[in-house]
Amino acid sequence: MLGILIFLGLVVVLVMAAIGIYNSLVGLRQQVKSAWSQIDVQLKRRYDLIPNLVETVKGYAAHEKQTLERVIQARNAAVAAQGVAAQAQAENVLTGALRQLFAVAEAYPNLKANENFLQLQEELASTENRISFARQNYNDTAANYNTRAQSFPAVLFARMFGFMPAEFFEIQNVTEREAPKVAF
Amino acid sequence: MPRTFRDLIAENRRKSALLVVGFLAFFTITVYVFTLYATGADPRAGLVPTLVGLGIGVLLAFFSYQAGAGAILAMSGAKPIKKEDDPQLYNVVEELSIAAGLPLPRIYLIDDTAMNAFATGRGPRNAVVAITKGLRERLTRDELQGVLAHEMSHVRNYDIRFAMLLAVMVGLLALLADGFRRWMWWGGGRRRSSRDSGGALMAIIAIFAILFSIVAPILGKLIQLAASREREYLADASAIELTRNPEGLASALEKLGKDQEVLEVANRATQHLYIVNPFKPFETRSKGLLSTHPPLEERINRLRALEGASRRSTPVGS
Repeated sequence: MLGILIFLGLVVVLVMAAIGIYNSLVGLRQQVKSAWSQIDVQLKRRYDLIPNLVETVKGYAAHEKQTLERVIQARNAAVAAQGVAAQAQAENVLTGALRQLFAVAEAYPNLKANENFLQLQEELASTENRISFARQNYNDTAANYNTRAQSFPAVLFARMFGFMPAEFFEIQNVTEREAPKVAF
Repeated sequence: MPRTFRDLIAENRRKSALLVVGFLAFFTITVYVFTLYATGADPRAGLVPTLVGLGIGVLLAFFSYQAGAGAILAMSGAKPIKKEDDPQLYNVVEELSIAAGLPLPRIYLIDDTAMNAFATGRGPRNAVVAITKGLRERLTRDELQGVLAHEMSHVRNYDIRFAMLLAVMVGLLALLADGFRRWMWWGGGRRRSSRDSGGALMAIIAIFAILFSIVAPILGKLIQLAASREREYLADASAIELTRNPEGLASALEKLGKDQEVLEVANRATQHLYIVNPFKPFETRSKGLLSTHPPLEERINRLRALEGASRRSTPVGS
């Protein structure tokens, strides 16, 4: 009788522990998802800013047509891109085109003094930061989730319940990806 | 195994709880000793006032937790600003909140030409970052990002909760100690002379009471010291984890170090909140042994040592 009670007690404790781990994994996976969608939010923010920027620059530097068109094309290509790899590629082209546009703008003092242009420049600089920070945060969140899902005892049933490891966002520039070694 | 910010959060939560318990214990014992002293050493007479004292202590602790951030902001003369007032400042904070995966804190400006900044609040959901006008105006974008990343690290690591409780509780204790000293000065505990029995006990309690009134502020000061120095290094390090750009914060600290101005709105209870010690000019800021902040030179050197290890590509248009 006592043996059965102890056995039942053990089963209850184990089930409770498993439920706890399961729930914490669900929470972490949710964090990974929202970190991922944050990247998309910021990318969209950039797509929305670009037409305004192009219009403003056109007013002062109309004969930089080629540069402006390249930006527009790169933006549209990035919007249309399907799949993570293709999109990363398109985003890189867009970043390059934007950088060139701002380099060109250096030659137009009136443009550089334009309130609207300065504001757009700040917003775009901020968006670049947001995009890279969102990616960085996604990778941190994914790493945290993966560590938890692959630690004992969660690893015993994580895959069984569909907790697949999260993929990392790969960045070409190696120095960009690595967090600095910080000694506490 | 290196400590992550998740360990820091757990530690800060624990320390905050300990601080509240310690405050309550200290407060109750102090009230008990004071009542014994005032009523002429009758232990039973001391019980009821002590319970009342404990009740007041709980209320004060609750106040410190709930309204501490507001009190600190009011004391520092910080005013909330809107996005239209300073889009760039807002952008920088929004970027960092994305990097740290935190909700956007409220942003306050302190109308003072001295250069400084601090963060406070119960935790990330109730956080405020405040910066002086002097600092805001003299930093480049990268430097501003470094300073605010330092503040956001305090937010993320729950340093702000501990530091806020410390500031408000130390402030309260200092007020009480001041009040008690004044009360003794004006002839408190006069009943001493009317009693013959227990004179020795009375004397001991009197000494205790006086000691408390002296020790309370010193104790508060010591806690602040213990709390702050390591925290500043850690916040610098976590700031770089967020921005991946050690040079921004390093050159901001350099500018902060050159500032000779004293921030008038800071006081003893709030000094440990600030990114650099608000009172001392550079020589003492950089060398002070008994200081709430580590020497600035050392902080800058540590950051510059990280410089080689990481470099974020320059963003478009900057």
